[in-house]
Amino acid sequence: MMQTTAVVIGAGHAGLAMSRRLTERSIDHVVLERGEVANSWRTQRWPSLRLLTPNWQTRLPGYRYAGGDPDGFMPAAEVVATLSSYARYIGAPVRTATAVRTVRAVPQGFEIQADDHVLHARAVVLATGACNLPATPRVADAVPAPVTSLTPLTYRDPCQLPDGGVLVVGASATGVQLAAEIHRSERPVTLAVGEHVRLPRTYRGRDIFWWLEATGLLAERYDQIDDLTRARHLPSPQLTGTREATMTDLNSLTALGVRITGRLGRIADGVAQFSGSLPNTCALADLKMNRFLNRADQWATTSGLDDELPAPHRFAPTYVDPRTPLELNLTTGEITTVLWATGFRPDHSWLDIPVFDRAGHIRHDGGAVTGGPGLYVLGLPVLRTRASTYIHGAATDSQAVASHLHTHLSSGRR
Amino acid sequence: MTITDSPVDNGVNVQALLGAREALSAAPEAAEFTWRASCTWRTGTHSRSTVSGFTGLGAEQEHRTTYEFDVDHPECFASEDNGATPVEYVLVGLAGCLTAGVASVAQLRGIQLRSVTATIEGQMSVLGILGADPDVRNGFEGVTIRFAIDADASREDVEALVAQSQKRSAVYDIVTNPTKVLVEVA
Repeated sequence: MMQTTAVVIGAGHAGLAMSRRLTERSIDHVVLERGEVANSWRTQRWPSLRLLTPNWQTRLPGYRYAGGDPDGFMPAAEVVATLSSYARYIGAPVRTATAVRTVRAVPQGFEIQADDHVLHARAVVLATGACNLPATPRVADAVPAPVTSLTPLTYRDPCQLPDGGVLVVGASATGVQLAAEIHRSERPVTLAVGEHVRLPRTYRGRDIFWWLEATGLLAERYDQIDDLTRARHLPSPQLTGTREATMTDLNSLTALGVRITGRLGRIADGVAQFSGSLPNTCALADLKMNRFLNRADQWATTSGLDDELPAPHRFAPTYVDPRTPLELNLTTGEITTVLWATGFRPDHSWLDIPVFDRAGHIRHDGGAVTGGPGLYVLGLPVLRTRASTYIHGAATDSQAVASHLHTHLSSGRR
Repeated sequence: MTITDSPVDNGVNVQALLGAREALSAAPEAAEFTWRASCTWRTGTHSRSTVSGFTGLGAEQEHRTTYEFDVDHPECFASEDNGATPVEYVLVGLAGCLTAGVASVAQLRGIQLRSVTATIEGQMSVLGILGADPDVRNGFEGVTIRFAIDADASREDVEALVAQSQKRSAVYDIVTNPTKVLVEVA
């Protein structure tokens, strides 16, 4: 059995950031990776996907974007290249093609079974990502047989879909991006919309992520957020990594010809039934967007930036067609594909330690797993701050987690 | 002179609600409620429903008293009009649920209400229930609710109040989303 002080599972942005923090503290460790560095970005992301955050915001410990397009958005392939060169730059001890089968608690630490070998470590950091599995609702089982069901993890581009109409379920960043891309391929899209987050790509001449960072919103700590469960489960904002359009919201999709409906409730006898709550769902998203824009404007005023920024303005409310259908028959041949853009969840099925809550989520306090001393998790939404959801959040999160881990190791030695 | 903020009081015990939310999150089995009503036919289209007990917090619960509701159809349907129609009870349920939500959310957000009035309308063509036109549904074609709210708050805050009350309303959810209904013969 191989002995090491710490094991990091996953060589994505979070695992690599953690590796760098452990190296800074001279903590002996290995990074176990089931595939290659940035494996999810290589194998589970559609090629046209770009980061929602601008390049200048892609920061990791000891790394800042130095390319020629700081205001651009990295496509998936560039994320792979960036993380690969970061892994080399920090000299991360990554063992590729090493899938972890089980992690168990043993006296003085953890036993990690990875393919054909067994490791023992005093601390384990789970950095396997938040988007390993599609979170598909139970109603998906009722899709009638001739209709193809697909999730974003296996979606590549519209060409893989049969001709015909597509029902996209879910209006997060994934849902609105894929609805637009598929609709442009001459496959008419119906988009089923539940609770969503509407934000403009740019406001008063600056990228929305500039505003989210400047106003301090992204820095809000997990232990200061009123409703943390809700914050951790919020859908991603309706944004696309492009400077070509100010909005990729429901109004822009309506203008494109996409048919918008309420949340998918159930499918009965092949007929999809949608919620009649769409007007309120849209009203809530508009109110929430305007609350943030008010906050942004107030911040700009108190920061004395009103002279250098364009004047404040507001966006048109979300239009809801009074003829929005409540039903869609999936058996007529009009719809040939249902795409479940209903979110993702992490896969911690190999973690053989009882640290999960009723809903199957790991219980943790800012990354330190509850009831599992020496066990840590990184790279989950709002792990320590609202920034944790994005790549650059790992820069500060890994610092805090490494500090906690370091203390844990020292206390164990006494 | 001392200036004190007069505390907002809409008659809603928000602390109790927040406490319940915390307690029930920790003990989700106690959060399972079953609501009940029983209905007895009188004559014609007239029936009387009673509501008294329900299950929740892991035990059998009782209302302070038994409530009775007469249900009938109006005289223009050749009935005796001994009570509101069933569809009107649906409107009553929806308006009551949203109004309770407005008061609770206002209390939580520190907004003093002076008056809240909701006018609710449900539109339908009765060709559906008469079986006269297969393309017309039995139920409401649409429901419209208009809230007139006098409160110490901006229009935007009042709109947010009404939006949030819809988001947290049981009856709004029941009316806008499909629900499994099983009808058996004893």
